[in-house]
Amino acid sequence: MEQSQTSFNWETLLKDAALAALIAALLAGVMLGLRVDVASGRGAELYLEYRWPLFGAAVVAVFVGRLLMGVYYALRESGQFEARKKNKSERQNVEGYLKPLFLLLAFALPFVLLATLGARGSRQYIDLATLVLTYVMLGWGLNIVVGLAGLLDLGYVAFYAVGAYSYALLAQYFGFSFWICLPLAGILAAFWGIILGFPVLRLRGDYLAIVTLAFGEIIRVVLLNWYEFTGGPDGISRIPRPSFFGLEFKRGEGGFADFFGLDYSSVHRILFLYFLILILALITNFVTMRLRRLPIGRAWEALREDEIACRSLGINTTNTKLTAFALGAMFGGFAGSFFATRQGFISPESFTFMESAVILAIVVLGGLGSQIGVVIAAVVMIGGFELFREFEEYRMLVFGLLMVVIMVWKPRGLISTRAPSVALSKNAKGISADLVEEGHG
Amino acid sequence: MEYFLQQLINGVTLGSIYGLIAIGYTMVYGIIGMINFAHGDIFMIGSFIALILVVALGITAATPVLMLVLALGLVLVLAMALTAVWGWSVERIAYRPLRGSFRLAPLITAIGASITLQNFVQLSQGARNKPLQPLISGDFQLTDGGADGSAFIVNLSYVQILIVLTTVTLMAGFTYLINKTSLGRSQRACEQDRKMAALLGVNVDRTISLTFVMGAMLAAVAGVMFLLYYGVIDFYIGFLAGVKAFTAAVLGGIGSLPGAMLGGLLIGLIETFWSGYFSVEYKDVAAFSILAIVLIFMPEGLLGKPEVEKV
Repeated sequence: MEQSQTSFNWETLLKDAALAALIAALLAGVMLGLRVDVASGRGAELYLEYRWPLFGAAVVAVFVGRLLMGVYYALRESGQFEARKKNKSERQNVEGYLKPLFLLLAFALPFVLLATLGARGSRQYIDLATLVLTYVMLGWGLNIVVGLAGLLDLGYVAFYAVGAYSYALLAQYFGFSFWICLPLAGILAAFWGIILGFPVLRLRGDYLAIVTLAFGEIIRVVLLNWYEFTGGPDGISRIPRPSFFGLEFKRGEGGFADFFGLDYSSVHRILFLYFLILILALITNFVTMRLRRLPIGRAWEALREDEIACRSLGINTTNTKLTAFALGAMFGGFAGSFFATRQGFISPESFTFMESAVILAIVVLGGLGSQIGVVIAAVVMIGGFELFREFEEYRMLVFGLLMVVIMVWKPRGLISTRAPSVALSKNAKGISADLVEEGHG
Repeated sequence: MEYFLQQLINGVTLGSIYGLIAIGYTMVYGIIGMINFAHGDIFMIGSFIALILVVALGITAATPVLMLVLALGLVLVLAMALTAVWGWSVERIAYRPLRGSFRLAPLITAIGASITLQNFVQLSQGARNKPLQPLISGDFQLTDGGADGSAFIVNLSYVQILIVLTTVTLMAGFTYLINKTSLGRSQRACEQDRKMAALLGVNVDRTISLTFVMGAMLAAVAGVMFLLYYGVIDFYIGFLAGVKAFTAAVLGGIGSLPGAMLGGLLIGLIETFWSGYFSVEYKDVAAFSILAIVLIFMPEGLLGKPEVEKV
């Protein structure tokens, strides 16, 4: 290491860090150093709590962090990190191996867990994997809208809710089974997507975001207050469980275990749910990847890069947006009805704006438009926090911070290299983020 | 009639609060063309800072009137200053590095910033709502209860007068600032053409920062007023108030300052009358529906100018 080549301007660095620390002190002084809370046992009286050590720690952390950042930038300026840039094509290869590996892992995981932990011990892990896969599917669904078509949808959870409630209500009022309701829920969600999208999709990107947010909230408030129909805040309980082509997962005659001559075990249903969502998610992925090669898919990606250019080339932007919106909504609806059948109970509580934000965060962190990125983000963010329960309360804080950091640091997400959907030459390796000229639509 | 009058008073009060927040949205939109999604949470932070200061200074309803006025004035000024630092930091960390990035990027960071602020406050101040005993009580009774005392009594509380007066004063000062001072001039210049303004020697980054600072200050005032008026706050108040204030900004014509104030008043009145005459449960739906309807059918709003999309 030739440290002598780089000379730090320590004075500026320290001044910067001190300034940052001062601002941090102003920010944290009241909001972190002091805490107002309701005294329990003394009525509704407010009391004040001083937390100066926490405040001090925060200020010191900002000082050190800013100093390190300054050093890092100074080093980068002087070219110390030149040699460490990764070979792009090498990374492309790694990604090529990653996909089959993930697939294999996903199919083998429950059996590996069963073999090592037994039926009882593996149950919670398979449940967790099912949850992660639900988010993967939602992420992939939203990826069509946000990642491919470049429409920021902040009310995606509304379609998830439509799917869940469609199944629950159809099952409750008409006694339809899961397998009839699943496509119906998807169609209904897509239908809602079209109804909502039709007037809204003419709007500019940021207006669209806020209107979808408003629609998401409207649907939630209606679900909450339409007591006679949806059960209001009580939700709907005793939603029928899915059956394996008509075979129910129950003990005794005519059940799944009986039919295949297995011993009854509650793990069968858990396994079944796991594979159900895995297949649903893979269908989402498959359809997306196929559509990306079709004219419509290419139109989506073109729309994301530059809307005005698209219009000049004769692409009907409203219809193109509408298909993306409706397809995304449809997959959200599928995921919703899966959610309803897995939980057996749904209420408006599950469909808040925060849920939309979590799904959006997964898409953003994974890299807008990258399918494998969504998987990694969902596994890390959902699986990681579920495994370390003690940090659960910090989850949304981390999500929010990461959304900011990723956008500032790598606006195209962690996996910013994407294989082109269509390429003239077989040698086309990938579109790296720095090759893409950002469009301004 | 009495009931109507009461709703009118309440609506104007609520509208003033929305209007103050809406100015922050409209100014930022005017100057950099983005929705500052975190603005509602800046309002919430302002409210929390005020609450903490009120408790720390030991202000109660029993404080002598003169002291109470002075202390509340101090709380207001401190809350404005500290909230301004928050607004400035959000701009500096989350928005400035993204200038010139692709169009979704600042919007996504804005949502990220909003989530971060909400959860930071939830963690640092606790998730429970914080009820503050009313500091200013008392009111004028505008009507008597009729001969038998059964008619509806219209109340105009001191807090409501305070809120409306503060809002009007601030609006007057603010209009002066934008129209007459050099800061306002450079701000309007950036609004019209950022690149040209930079060429003519306007410090664009500084002007944008100051826009955020001013927006945050007004949001802090709205936060203090909200605290005095409702007396209960939690970390989630910024979300609904933010969306409604944004609706107000859009309704009035985004980018237009008088529009934001007018939109705020209208949204406040609509919400109050809606919950007074129709249903309380669906009052948020009313605001959200107005937002959607205005954006779809009248995107330039009441006082805004139509937007031309340029390459």
